[in-house]
Amino acid sequence: MEYLSIVFQEVYKILFLLVPVLVSVAMIVWLDRRVWAFVQKRQGPNVVGPFGLLQSLADALKYIFKEIIIPSSSNKVIFILAPIVTMTLALIAWAVIPFSATQVLADINVGILYLFAVSSLGVYGIIMGGWASNSKYPFLGAIRSAAQMVSYEVSIGVIIINVLLCVGSLNLNDIVIAQQNMWFVIPLFPMFVIFFISALAETNRPPFDLPEAEAELVAGYQTEYSGMMYAMFWLGEYANILLMCAMGAILFLGGWMSPIDVYPFTLIPGAIWLILKILLLFILFALVKAIVPRYRYDQLMRLGWKVFLPLSLIWVVLTASYLFYFNLLPVN
Amino acid sequence: MIAHAIFFYTFSLIAVVSAIMVTASKNTVHSVFFLILDFISISCLFIMIGAEFLGMIMLIVYVGAVAVLFLFVVMMLNVAQQKNQWFAGQSTSKHIPVGLIISTLIFFEIIIVIGGWKYKPEIFDINNSFANTSLSNTHSLGQILYTDYIHVFQISGIILLVAMVGAIVLTFRQRSGLKRQSYIKQISRERAEGVEVLEVQSNKGVKIDD
Repeated sequence: MEYLSIVFQEVYKILFLLVPVLVSVAMIVWLDRRVWAFVQKRQGPNVVGPFGLLQSLADALKYIFKEIIIPSSSNKVIFILAPIVTMTLALIAWAVIPFSATQVLADINVGILYLFAVSSLGVYGIIMGGWASNSKYPFLGAIRSAAQMVSYEVSIGVIIINVLLCVGSLNLNDIVIAQQNMWFVIPLFPMFVIFFISALAETNRPPFDLPEAEAELVAGYQTEYSGMMYAMFWLGEYANILLMCAMGAILFLGGWMSPIDVYPFTLIPGAIWLILKILLLFILFALVKAIVPRYRYDQLMRLGWKVFLPLSLIWVVLTASYLFYFNLLPVN
Repeated sequence: MIAHAIFFYTFSLIAVVSAIMVTASKNTVHSVFFLILDFISISCLFIMIGAEFLGMIMLIVYVGAVAVLFLFVVMMLNVAQQKNQWFAGQSTSKHIPVGLIISTLIFFEIIIVIGGWKYKPEIFDINNSFANTSLSNTHSLGQILYTDYIHVFQISGIILLVAMVGAIVLTFRQRSGLKRQSYIKQISRERAEGVEVLEVQSNKGVKIDD
């Protein structure tokens, strides 16, 4: 009986986390399209509901009632597994995101490593989908994304090391609290820029959306998918984008901390601040999509390996020597 | 404790079954997927014994990077063609004795190591370990790695570097006749280098490319 009540409590907490995340994914798709339209002086989705807010729900309803087509020559098990993997990985990462000092589902010691691990597993959904479709365009998309995501993970990892040098802990709440006096975006600004661009590449967002470049590969790894399975890919992708924004907010923008430690600001709960920061980063993501043209593949690889990796490595050396020289290394 | 046991046996069962399936499945790509499942369940086991850092590093390094490259290579190979060469004909029986010898060797090595660790623990010098339970295991790992074993640690890093350089040297081909894009050249181009204004004489024209 005691076990059961614990299980129920946890399930209750998980639902309270997951339902808002899923709803905000739907809303964020609408926001993405509106920002995109705004930049191009169009209206964007504005018919369904007030300001078109319910557009994503209408789309989801459409996907649910569409037929799921499984290609006859595909590898069926892996074909069905791929969207499930994408979606699951995008959602389980939210377990460690702290919404305030106490509001976190799993306050584990190695929170940032967990986030990094889960985001690096995200590539499997794409590879599995591309390979199992047994068709040329999805396969090319899968191969491209495998190389791309592995390359940019490297620089994200090194950037995380930069932040960890200043914090001295792998716990996400410790990382947030370490930014009490100054957000890391100020001393580590170049790293923030590189993190943002790498996050674009890691989530296959334009200008790095080569795995699904519609001009070359139809829709890349998701060409053969239809109906609800396509929708799951799409949900997982946007949940991943939100996750990357959350990661950026926690690593560089002070997470759930209010920007100024003054009376009226501290009244607002941490979750609101975190959501505002995620939204800010997401609007930047959406603006980049509207403004920047797609990279060529060799340019993408060059940027990852020859520019970002050396730069962030040099910055690790700089940060470490600065902290060591001025005796600022966090010791506990 | 029961919940702990249930989780332990679930994960270890998945690990063992998927390890068997890595070698048993005919499709190479399936093998790699089973290998990934094996890695994941082993990292779960690491987390269960409290070695959360090792578990996460296992996920990041093996599943996030190594297995992706495995998958990448296996998908690029023309497996369907090679499969016929490997599995057809009598040549299969040649590999079995070699495999058997190697696996018996590894089996006895494991027996020796585990047996020694179980019955003669003083050989392995674990007793004067630095395990400090008040620290998180990331901290204690770092404290051991970067103090007592710093040289071993650095040497292993250098070995990895040498292996990487070696692999690049072995596979590097200097190809001629490629057009390379030089960003610095493109950006630093002046108008004078690219554009030339000529007086065109009537009925003679201009010779463009020379």
